[in-house]
Amino acid sequence: MDLYEYQGKQYFARFGIPTSPGGVADTVDEAVARADAAGYPVVVKAQVKVGGRGKAGGIKLAADADEVRTHAGNILGMDIKGHVVHRLWVEHASDIAREYYASFTLDRTAKKHLCMVSAKGGVDIEEVAATDPSAIARLHIDPVDGLHIDEATKLVAEAGLDEEAREQAAQLLLLLYACYVEGDCDLAEINPLILTTEGKVHALDAKVTLDDNAAFRHPEWEDFAGTDTLDEREKLAKEKGLNYIGLSGSVGIIANGAGLAMSTLDVVNQVGGSAANFLDIGGGANADVMAAALEVINTDEAVRSIFVNIFGGITRCDEVAKGIVEALHRVELRSPIVLRLDGTNAEEGRAILADHVSERLVVEPTMLGAARRAVTLATGGSK
Amino acid sequence: MSIFVDEKTKVVVQGLTGSQGRFHGLRNRDYGTQVVAGVTPGKGGTEVDGIPVYDSCAEAVAATGADASFVVVPPRGAPEAIMDAAAAGISFIVCITEGIPAQDEALFYNKLRRDFPDTRLLGPNCPGVISPGKCNIGITSGDIALPGGPVGIVSRSGTLTYQALHELSQQGVGQTTCVGIGGDPVPGTNFIDCLSAFEADPDTKAVMMIGEIGGSEEERAAAYIAEHMTKPVVAYIAGVTAPPGRKMGHAGAIISGSQGTAQAKMEALAAAGVTVAQNPTEAGEKMVDIVKNLG
Repeated sequence: MDLYEYQGKQYFARFGIPTSPGGVADTVDEAVARADAAGYPVVVKAQVKVGGRGKAGGIKLAADADEVRTHAGNILGMDIKGHVVHRLWVEHASDIAREYYASFTLDRTAKKHLCMVSAKGGVDIEEVAATDPSAIARLHIDPVDGLHIDEATKLVAEAGLDEEAREQAAQLLLLLYACYVEGDCDLAEINPLILTTEGKVHALDAKVTLDDNAAFRHPEWEDFAGTDTLDEREKLAKEKGLNYIGLSGSVGIIANGAGLAMSTLDVVNQVGGSAANFLDIGGGANADVMAAALEVINTDEAVRSIFVNIFGGITRCDEVAKGIVEALHRVELRSPIVLRLDGTNAEEGRAILADHVSERLVVEPTMLGAARRAVTLATGGSK
Repeated sequence: MSIFVDEKTKVVVQGLTGSQGRFHGLRNRDYGTQVVAGVTPGKGGTEVDGIPVYDSCAEAVAATGADASFVVVPPRGAPEAIMDAAAAGISFIVCITEGIPAQDEALFYNKLRRDFPDTRLLGPNCPGVISPGKCNIGITSGDIALPGGPVGIVSRSGTLTYQALHELSQQGVGQTTCVGIGGDPVPGTNFIDCLSAFEADPDTKAVMMIGEIGGSEEERAAAYIAEHMTKPVVAYIAGVTAPPGRKMGHAGAIISGSQGTAQAKMEALAAAGVTVAQNPTEAGEKMVDIVKNLG
């Protein structure tokens, strides 16, 4: 789960990472109240989960309440790369002397945590990485050992941070590492990390991605859930615990496992069709999940056929078959199903479906054959 | 021959008393795997369908001589179960658990490396390993595999592992061993571990490799193949038409560069001399051709 900037800053605060005083506002009046509390001048920042906010006009400096009114009014409702702004973060404007960069993430290749620090932070950090990689100091951290102050001190010096910022920056890295590890982040990134003209180091932005797999030990994450703007289908899929991504084609896809689901998209494309969605029902899906998947796809009016591609492992084909039968009873499916069923308990599954096979439920023996059939049905036989 | 597991492998199922553990553990035994023990802390002294259950792996190993473990434990308990197996001297651990936090995975991967360097972990979040006709540890349906070789399979995706087995078996081409390495951020066993084991196995004559978008493991495997593999390799990469993945801040872009797309992976593999297929069926057909020409 990606957090909004304000959520990231709230999360940082739990671990003692310094940020600017500020608050959240959903209306112009709220924005003024937050600005009054933070102290002028303030920065009014659009809360959207997309980069390039500043360049799009979503971040504005305001000297007084009138300017806050003007900017908040303009930014609320603004469309930034397809993301409509519903919420603002208003914080006290810092006098910036220098902009740095700091992050923690997992380096999958090294199988260790990776800390990156640069003295050249700010909007163009990716360009810095591409054109001047030596400007980014890197440190691999063995999770068994953790990060120690002497290593952090060495790293900020290596990154070329200003002398007066180093001690605070090193301490901040330790806090950010704790946030990343104990806070179960996939990514904890600060860009820019600033040195103010008063000589203070703090986080001016927060980019945090939480590891959804760790939600079971973080009840506090519930505060972050439900703030995303999903379309109706995505919302329904999420409620049912399905991994769904809407696309623009006409063949609805249901598969078990992300790999098979991706491969199903590829094959549908190769035989001349286009997928309406990506939907992975996951491992060990039962009848309920299967029925829910069909219901979600059924709400997509662009769908002309539904290709259910199951290779049972931990998922049992008899459960999948039961789910299909249940869905046939529960909802009126607008499109025919083309089913391919192999693997664990496949024969039992096919037996359960034997009485239901019709032109609305076609069973095909191979993945490629089923893809062709689904595409033919979706395109009215024109392919 | 086969790699990692064979008819002599003795397996302890951690989590045998749970519903998934029971279902898959007994299925593995029915396949012919030597499932000698179960482990569930607090349930020592009981049994599941004639298989004795112990409180810890150390007890199970002492009583039965188990040398492999099958971890079917929910995400909360899986890290502890894996370390329990390693500490008991078990040299091969298969963990199918899906949904283990990445921080836990990174921690136990590095702990194993340091304290138990001779222990191999397969997974987590993988379908397991099958040496057809000899041993099946995990959730693969044994009847889709065909004994006798000569093909070794290694796959990052669970269900595509089954698909690969199925495509070959349907054509009468058998497998020496099929390894599902899983798609989690920190897999215990990677492509290169499996490729080098297949290269060293005299009965494996060709290797099928199934990858998917994301990360750079396939690119690293391609470099390994170019340098070290003498046996033919057929590869399929899932996700050519996949919706673009989310970008993880700047850090993700800085460390991954242009790697990770299906196209980049296929190009890297083709450049390493690998036969690259467009879908699982084509991968099966190309492998059948290669096996025919082995003579």
